[in-house]
Amino acid sequence: MLWVSRKTIKMNYFPDEVLEHMFFFITSHKDRNSVSLVCKSWYKIERYSRQRVFIGNCYSISPERLIARFPGLKSLTLKGKPHFADFNLVPHEWGGFVYPWIEALAKSRIGLEELRLKRMVVSDESLEFLSKSFVNFKSLVLVSCEGFTTDGLAAIAANCRFLRELDLQENEVDDQRGHWLSCFPESCTSLVTLNFACLKGEINLGALERLVVRSPNLKSLRLNHAVPLDTLQKLLMQAPQLVDLGTGSYVDDPSSEAYSKLKSVFQRCKSIRSLSGFFEVAPHCMSAIYPICRNLTFLNLSYAPGLHGNELTKLIQHCRKLQRLWILDCIGDKGLGVVASTCKELQELRVFPSDLGPGNAAMTEEGLVLLSEGCPKLNSLLYFCQQMTNAALITVAKNCPNFIRFRLCILDPVKCDPVTNQPLDEGFGAIVHFCKGLKRLSLTGLLTDQVFNYIGMYAEQLEMLSIAFAGDSDEGMLYVLNGCKKLRKLEIMKSRFGNAALLEDMGKYEAMRSLWMSSCEVTLGGCKTLAEKMPRLSVEIINESEQMEFSHDDRQKVDKMYLYRTLVGHRKDSPAFVCIL
Amino acid sequence: MSPPLLGVEEEGQSNVSTPSVDCISQNGTGLKERNYLGLSDCSSVDSSAVSSLPEDNKSNLNLKATELRLGLPGSESPERETELCLLNSGKLDEKPLFPLLPSKDRICSSSQKGVVTGNKRGFSDTIDGFSEVKGTVYTEKNWIFHGAGSDSESPQPVVHGKYPGNSGVNVMLSTRSSGAQTSVKKDGPANVLKERPLAIGGTSLNQTGISNNNSGAPAAKAQVVGWPPIRSFRTKTLATSSKNNDEVDGKPGPAALFIKVSMDGAPYLRKVDLRTYSTYRELSSALEKMFGCFTLGQCGSHVAPGKEILSESKLKDLLHGSEYVLTYEDKDGDWMLVGDVPWEMFIETCKRLKIMKSSDAIGLAPRAMEKSKISN
Repeated sequence: MLWVSRKTIKMNYFPDEVLEHMFFFITSHKDRNSVSLVCKSWYKIERYSRQRVFIGNCYSISPERLIARFPGLKSLTLKGKPHFADFNLVPHEWGGFVYPWIEALAKSRIGLEELRLKRMVVSDESLEFLSKSFVNFKSLVLVSCEGFTTDGLAAIAANCRFLRELDLQENEVDDQRGHWLSCFPESCTSLVTLNFACLKGEINLGALERLVVRSPNLKSLRLNHAVPLDTLQKLLMQAPQLVDLGTGSYVDDPSSEAYSKLKSVFQRCKSIRSLSGFFEVAPHCMSAIYPICRNLTFLNLSYAPGLHGNELTKLIQHCRKLQRLWILDCIGDKGLGVVASTCKELQELRVFPSDLGPGNAAMTEEGLVLLSEGCPKLNSLLYFCQQMTNAALITVAKNCPNFIRFRLCILDPVKCDPVTNQPLDEGFGAIVHFCKGLKRLSLTGLLTDQVFNYIGMYAEQLEMLSIAFAGDSDEGMLYVLNGCKKLRKLEIMKSRFGNAALLEDMGKYEAMRSLWMSSCEVTLGGCKTLAEKMPRLSVEIINESEQMEFSHDDRQKVDKMYLYRTLVGHRKDSPAFVCIL
Repeated sequence: MSPPLLGVEEEGQSNVSTPSVDCISQNGTGLKERNYLGLSDCSSVDSSAVSSLPEDNKSNLNLKATELRLGLPGSESPERETELCLLNSGKLDEKPLFPLLPSKDRICSSSQKGVVTGNKRGFSDTIDGFSEVKGTVYTEKNWIFHGAGSDSESPQPVVHGKYPGNSGVNVMLSTRSSGAQTSVKKDGPANVLKERPLAIGGTSLNQTGISNNNSGAPAAKAQVVGWPPIRSFRTKTLATSSKNNDEVDGKPGPAALFIKVSMDGAPYLRKVDLRTYSTYRELSSALEKMFGCFTLGQCGSHVAPGKEILSESKLKDLLHGSEYVLTYEDKDGDWMLVGDVPWEMFIETCKRLKIMKSSDAIGLAPRAMEKSKISN
């Protein structure tokens, strides 16, 4: 970086502007954090020049401290509820409210331009407040959030004059049947991204068409199921420059005029690299997509249960450049074989379980092995299946040593290797052994403490670990806590880990973002001890059952415990069923 | 029994899993098989293999010190074997892919001897009481290990675990090893939840948050929240879209293919959309549900996966003993037994379905085979 001459020019003698210019090129949060620790002047320069801040747990810091430290803040990312909230383990009222953040930012002089939220509670009121408080607000990304309706979206549409991005991913939104799309003023011509795929209600199609017509910069458009195929065709006529498309309901008669127009317009859409949607699909209409397929790098069919069998494999066979594929398990093992022979560039695969009724498809270890043989670049996997064998996991680990994320979910959570009747310890052991860059791991199947021994030994880069129904004793958890130096998030459900493991190395939790334990063997007494000894941790007990008061029996097992490090003490907004020790 | 003709894929293909025997080289994974039950009287060889250590450094780690060893009080655990056999030392027994040389170094699978210690899992006879449900995903099921109404506090190896219908759970421990020697000898590891009181707090589970259910499924029983780990947004969305598919009023067209299904003796006709199924077995299960009292039985058990065309003799075998068979009327007006032809071909040619008494249908079999031979 900087060459030091014999006279040892000290870094301090560089004017701040030079340092600031250098820091401009440092964009990753981790690097920025490191830079700020070098010395006081670097800390100062870094904090004034920082524009993007990521806060992984909204309760670890307060908005006031954020504002105080980073006055130049333009983009804020916040995450609220713990990951297991996705699976209904955390009640809706638990927390993660964005309103106080918006309120604090609005009062300050921060010129917020971008807000990205995940698993937070967002009210219409906060959306409206947001829309009116920041003149240059440009980008709103909401992932797995809840608490708002289309009225809130209407406020954003109406008031954010320079809005570029409105990206709603898998949120639970109440549709008020207002015409939020019509609230975009005629003067709004700046949209680059519009994703409303998760909305369940009807859409004003005319307003949508007019909006797309006046958005020449539109690159990403994801429609909801209420947008029919002939509207899609009209939209694409106006926006052939799209890079990312999510169709709405993709159903029509192949002999219809709309469909033939669609076919020809797809030929003109040479920029599309990412495709999703197909909530309802007429398989015979898929051939219109083939011209786009050859350039696709991301294909998301995970909400398209209507597409399976031959039509699905035919589609995939056109997608030679695919890097990311999200699919339902109706693809089957054989279908994955097709993926393996076609998609040589594949890096990420997610196979979700489908809901097609009885006796549906089972992914087994065969599909995964086929995939690993054909796609050595695979680095990210989410795989729901009926079964898995150690042999398969070992093979996969050897074929694909580049895994960064490996999440396996066997639907029967304690299923052993069906061929050998052994636990899957060896298989997962191979994964952590061969995949030296593994950062995220989720385990299922029959597992003993042994697998945690392997994880502690080999998974040096592991940052997030999800465990369910595994382990025999505290040893398992201890292997992990002692071995995985880079562990940031640990979430455990229904495993036999108790106080001994919890309390062995309490300082460790300050080096982690959070720990979740539910239905384990941890007792109230253990949690209390931890909370007493570690004031910079917030230890929350979530207790939803009506009959159970917060008993004072320390021997009582705790149903759900969520602890996280925090610089600002206990939160004040916890509901009655949460007890912060 | 089965009207054989729904030549359905066997659940969990039995010829699975050896794709990798060749691939597993002797270079080893550096992993050690650990005998965590520490028992020396294991006789079975069912265990997963471990490759040998290529480097010696790993063996210098004193893993023994960190290993769990359990045995009955007063017993000594056997010395851990640190030598591991090579996979290709050739000892492939019929079952295990990865046999270990020293037989004591393994997890015992014949542990009916009651090798359960304290908090260790042991084999549980409750497996036998386990009811197998063929892969019905997302139907409301009560996954109980041991008969019914288990008391989760009891020290007995009983688990009362209920899943919100996502019944990958139901398929547990059944499936493929079926028939094979392992089925009885499900060893210790199998019944993991044996002594865990799944103390979810009983009634509190029936709360608002359980959206893993299909809409409309009665939440009559306490369920285990949080499994399987699928975002509730996703389960709700997929549940709705499959409901929408059912509601589509069928003109036959690319989007839906409704055909009438009648049953001998039943007072009503039903319609099904063939496009919502992709295998015979799905159709069969759906029809089972609709027509309650009749069963198509275990259609797939004799059929290799992917091969839905049965041989003539098998057809005949399977016909015997079943009360009803599923037949269809094809484009030519002939009545055929369902299952002869590949699924795709079937939905193109099927005009009507009829559930006949098998006595009426016997005559169909040979003709059906001939016909398909001709058309092939």
